[in-house]
Amino acid sequence: MKTLHTLMIVGALALSGTAHATPATDALLAKYKAEGVTKIDAAKGKADWTKSGKSEDGEAISCSSCHGTDFSKAGKHRKTHKVIEPMSPRANPERFTDEKKIEKWFKRNCNDAWGRECTAQEKADFLTFLLAQ
Amino acid sequence: MKKTTTLLAALAFTLLGSSLAQAEEEGLFESIFGRHKEITPVSNKTYQDECGSCHFAYPPGLLPSKSWEKLLTAQALPDHFGENAELDADTLKEIREYALANAADKSDRKRSRKIALATENIDAPLRITEVRYIKRKHHEIPEKMIKGNKDVKSLSYCDACHTQAKKGVFDADTVRIPNYPDWDDED
Repeated sequence: MKTLHTLMIVGALALSGTAHATPATDALLAKYKAEGVTKIDAAKGKADWTKSGKSEDGEAISCSSCHGTDFSKAGKHRKTHKVIEPMSPRANPERFTDEKKIEKWFKRNCNDAWGRECTAQEKADFLTFLLAQ
Repeated sequence: MKKTTTLLAALAFTLLGSSLAQAEEEGLFESIFGRHKEITPVSNKTYQDECGSCHFAYPPGLLPSKSWEKLLTAQALPDHFGENAELDADTLKEIREYALANAADKSDRKRSRKIALATENIDAPLRITEVRYIKRKHHEIPEKMIKGNKDVKSLSYCDACHTQAKKGVFDADTVRIPNYPDWDDED
């Protein structure tokens, strides 16, 4: 009986843990919905991750230029060489736990990579895609 | 009487022990004479976190206040050497005030004084690597050890070689150049 209980708890934890949502991401996704997002598309987030906008010194910049495409591994800033902790909340539990921080980096990094801010739709897609990594 | 003496001896020993431990951590010489050499390390958490999330958080004592005045503004930060480094108004106010209060010309540390002197009568440098004193200090290091060194690449990465940079220590004894363990012996 005790084993069964433990199994149930472990199972429930595993299920709730798959998407790795945090209070911060719940709040942000709700905000994006309030801003008009109706359908979130994680596949679009995945495609956008490697989409480059701005070109700098002949190099096209995308999210993956600094964060890479293996989300379990740390990235490296292409210019300052600063190590960037993994994007996967599984590999990096601190990731996506601070609402202000997420918005700050969306603003900066969309501007750096694409030369403009991201829309609520793009942010919702990115966030949902990344939370599943 | 004997008891009191023993107690006093024990107390003296404890006091001596703790100050020795402290001295050992800083280096005995450093703890006595070194306070005013080098650069004041970063002590503001917001400054450390915000600046340090993208690059080595350069201690404000590496540039004069007129430089920080130009660098840390809402107009300048969206194009911070080509990167978007925008900050919200409260955060910017805090790190700007911290940098201005601890700039080279406000510091009594030896290296900061030299930086203040080297930048006194010229336009505010925006890069630490433009400061004449810093340039001169690195002048004799061959290009292959910095620019041509895949683990260094530029003078901007202070902590690539200055192992104690975080503590504000930049003397030659604490330098380890990656891939050039005997850099000091080479001509």
